[in-house]
Amino acid sequence: MADSPTAELTDDAARTGAGDDAAGDLADDVLVEEVSIDGMCGVY
Amino acid sequence: MSAGPLPLVEQFQRGLAAPICLTWELTYACNLSCVHCLSSSGRRDPRELTTAECRAVIDELQRMQVFYVNIGGGEPTVRPDFWDLVDYATGHEVGVKFSTNGVKITPDIARRLAGRDYVDVQISLDGATPEVNDAVRGRGSYAVALRAMRNLAGAGFAGFKISVVMTRHNVGQLEELKAIADGFGAQLRITRLRPSGRGADVWDELHLAPGQQRELYDWLVAHGTDVLTGDSFFHLSGYGGALPGLNLCGAGRVVCLIDPVGDVYACPFAIHPSFLAGNVRDPGGLAGVWRRSELFRDLRRPQAGGACESCSAYGSCRGGCMAAKFFTGLPLDGPDPECVKGHGERALAAAAAAPRPAPDHSHRAAPYRAAERRPVPLTLLARPPVTACNADPLAGFLPGGLSPP
Amino acid sequence: MACAASTDRVGQFDLDAPWQLDAQVRVRPEAFGALLYHFGTRQLSFLKSPALLAVVRSLGAQPSARAACAAAGVPSGDLMHYARALQALAASQMIRKREAA
Repeated sequence: MADSPTAELTDDAARTGAGDDAAGDLADDVLVEEVSIDGMCGVY
Repeated sequence: MSAGPLPLVEQFQRGLAAPICLTWELTYACNLSCVHCLSSSGRRDPRELTTAECRAVIDELQRMQVFYVNIGGGEPTVRPDFWDLVDYATGHEVGVKFSTNGVKITPDIARRLAGRDYVDVQISLDGATPEVNDAVRGRGSYAVALRAMRNLAGAGFAGFKISVVMTRHNVGQLEELKAIADGFGAQLRITRLRPSGRGADVWDELHLAPGQQRELYDWLVAHGTDVLTGDSFFHLSGYGGALPGLNLCGAGRVVCLIDPVGDVYACPFAIHPSFLAGNVRDPGGLAGVWRRSELFRDLRRPQAGGACESCSAYGSCRGGCMAAKFFTGLPLDGPDPECVKGHGERALAAAAAAPRPAPDHSHRAAPYRAAERRPVPLTLLARPPVTACNADPLAGFLPGGLSPP
Repeated sequence: MACAASTDRVGQFDLDAPWQLDAQVRVRPEAFGALLYHFGTRQLSFLKSPALLAVVRSLGAQPSARAACAAAGVPSGDLMHYARALQALAASQMIRKREAA
């Protein structure tokens, strides 16, 4: 079973693009954030 | 819409109705005696949750919508009901990754695992060579782990995890470890050594030197999301920015630990009465503990960062690991013992005596402990032991230790 | 016009197509919105708006994503932002187009 982590919380590429949008205050990554199931501390 | 929603990290720090995922140590029994064991495992605790109690926990996890648990121990596969419990979990919308030293991963078991959805396997390995690995995990353990990996790969199980605790002695083997993972079609996972459990006794001699931390950080940055870290290294973000992951201490906020006797701790690195939130056998069960424990409510309040708050790295580092500070005698509102700016080293010089890790289920004749007499804890069981109990950690296991079944 | 962001996210989201949650996705509502977990990919997505949760949950019952947004009370000025959020969910396989009836 493949397990490929997607864009993490601090993915700057997604943020940069979204922030330049002139059409409003919201950026798309503000509404949806992805975290790898392995991305939480406290699970060994 | 006016202001956007809070960043996730802010949301999580206030706590959630249920953990997002958690670690469940099924047994303190283990065929190995790794020198750094977080749970000081070895001997089975006679008060272990029964099969029925474990199923009840799984039922609760399903109700709480905890979609993913990491089952570990000790060595979880030594429990005779292990495979039944994994099936029960995956049949009740609880995905499982289990952590194992590989002792029971025969070709047949590997084939059965490869055919199952919703089960992931993580093999522990602490060195790319037997010399380095076995010094920590015991003679023969490297061979057992590699055989398990060959069996998984041979059965077509792609993407299993190889999880390595970073030490002074294996940090120089990162490329070789990656090559081992690549060779098996597995995913490498690198995690932090913490001074928890038996780790307290070996932390001084095994934890990374500052230069090695930098080396590790740079290597992780170069490997992006190819290599997993379990968000172990947010304390290194001061070197140049956050690594992938939440960069958040999840203890009591998004994760917790269920131990073999049903005790609920803030996280697996903090098995100590100070971080004990309750027990799943309590009337409210796991949900009651998660939602109403005093400890967890305290952890979900904004935490004082002390002097760390003025540090440029604070946003991601947040003062590092609570357990690492606790078990080195450092105050929780101060720097991590391995603070990349050196504040931890200075603080350690003035630190209080480190608390003793407790409870301790180590084998009495474990190789490392024979050389160092540890004080016998005088506060033993909170409850009297069951008399008709089998305290043998190897119940159902072949004599001879590391031989495969 | 939307700027080109990371390559995964580029692409117009088809608001007028019918969509649905992937069968392997489970939704766990939270105070801030919801947690989505995909059992097949083991990915987690967090919806940070209760309105977006309402949109996502109603996708399968609405003739189009645009209709789902309208039914959830999404102001027309925010529609493009929701479209990009839905595109992110599509890119991570959380939602997919429904087959034509």
